[in-house]
Amino acid sequence: MSPSLSDWSFFVEHRAEIFGATTDHLALVVIAMLIAIVIAVPLGMYVVQRPALRAIAMGIANIFQTIPSLALFGFLIPIPFIGGLGKRTAIVALVLYALLPILRNTYVGLSEIDPAILEAAEAMGMTRAQILFRVRFPLALSVILAGIRTATIITIGIATIAAAIGAGGLGTFIFRGVALVSDSLILAGAIPAALLALIADFLLGLLERRLRVV
Amino acid sequence: MNAKINNYSGNLIEFRDVSFHINDIPGREVISRVSLSVPVGETVVLLGRSGSGKTTLLRLINAMLLPSQGQVLVEGRATVEWDAIRLRRGIGYVIQEAGLFPHFTVAENVGLVPTLEKWDRCRTAARVGELLRLVGLDPAEFAERRPRELSGGQRQRVGVARALAADPPILLMDEPFGALDPVTRAELQREFRALAQRLGKTIVFVTHDLREALLLASRIVLLEAGRVVALAPPQEFLRLEHPEVRAFAASLETGPGVPA
Repeated sequence: MSPSLSDWSFFVEHRAEIFGATTDHLALVVIAMLIAIVIAVPLGMYVVQRPALRAIAMGIANIFQTIPSLALFGFLIPIPFIGGLGKRTAIVALVLYALLPILRNTYVGLSEIDPAILEAAEAMGMTRAQILFRVRFPLALSVILAGIRTATIITIGIATIAAAIGAGGLGTFIFRGVALVSDSLILAGAIPAALLALIADFLLGLLERRLRVV
Repeated sequence: MNAKINNYSGNLIEFRDVSFHINDIPGREVISRVSLSVPVGETVVLLGRSGSGKTTLLRLINAMLLPSQGQVLVEGRATVEWDAIRLRRGIGYVIQEAGLFPHFTVAENVGLVPTLEKWDRCRTAARVGELLRLVGLDPAEFAERRPRELSGGQRQRVGVARALAADPPILLMDEPFGALDPVTRAELQREFRALAQRLGKTIVFVTHDLREALLLASRIVLLEAGRVVALAPPQEFLRLEHPEVRAFAASLETGPGVPA
């Protein structure tokens, strides 16, 4: 279904609503990503110091990733405090999806560092914390950012489903479009979501390349 | 910071009947009953084939490994009793490929230990300049470069400068020139020998290259399967009868760089 003339006029007519929904969508994604980063990056840094925990942390993150997204939104509704209908539940679900790519990349980035560099760091009398923060973390940063980039793109897509539990965003148009069999409505949600994903991918890609060291 | 260690006379490093086995399993011995003393100012070269235990011996000195049996003493004190961080800050360490931090500039790499020791900025910067000149690199040209913008020989020079930064009395060197081309290697060996003599450091140097050992050592310690099998100054070493000495001596005649 390529946008026809009537689709364009629909876009122009409803530009204020579309813009509002896009802003809502972006807010969901940004909040969820910030929370996911704050959880997953320190967790990865902790796990890399304690390899015994690796399987457990990765396993739990993996489980969330395998639950179909619509089902996860559904599961969360009856849970007290975090559940219910609306944005809060949606953000919790999005955070759970974003955790794995960030956690995995944080772990991989921190653990796959040239052993000669770590040997030199240890031999020069750096403490474990100094090695982690001054050597491992800066060298892993571009890999961690690649995980954040993947997670952001996934989250932008999954956030459209959040409309099913009343969280708003671009999914609102898509669900309404499916119900009313209206291509224009579906595209009014899908096109901005795709553009958001492309722009996020491009910008985070730029940042990732700037942070790459070797 | 190391006033105490600097003024130490006698055996700066001493191995007392040291054994080391992996995971403390007796029978899997990497180092077997080694006793060895290194007085102040000496350059001891640990020579041996791959797997003879020379790197293990080196890592026992700065407490990267701890002995399974016996004691390793640095400045008369067992490595198990030292605070490992303090001990290592007083020991320079140079490895093959230098192990420079790729996200640091040359100046930041060289200034690492002074920074960890919280020297003020000016003093660190002055020291970095001094060291770069000492290893033959112009600070104006090299200080702000990253390791990837250097040649192998330049990286190794930076590695030596970094090890010397806090003026440690001991230098540990694990095949520092092993990855260099023969011309650059010979150049760095000559310069390093002059530097070592001038600075009066106590050096433990690991190599599998007899030529390098003969050039740099005040004493050569030959290791075979984790044991010391020969110990002699370079001029006497080649006259020893031990089969492993003969094997190494034979490598001189057929070794690289010697016309057939």
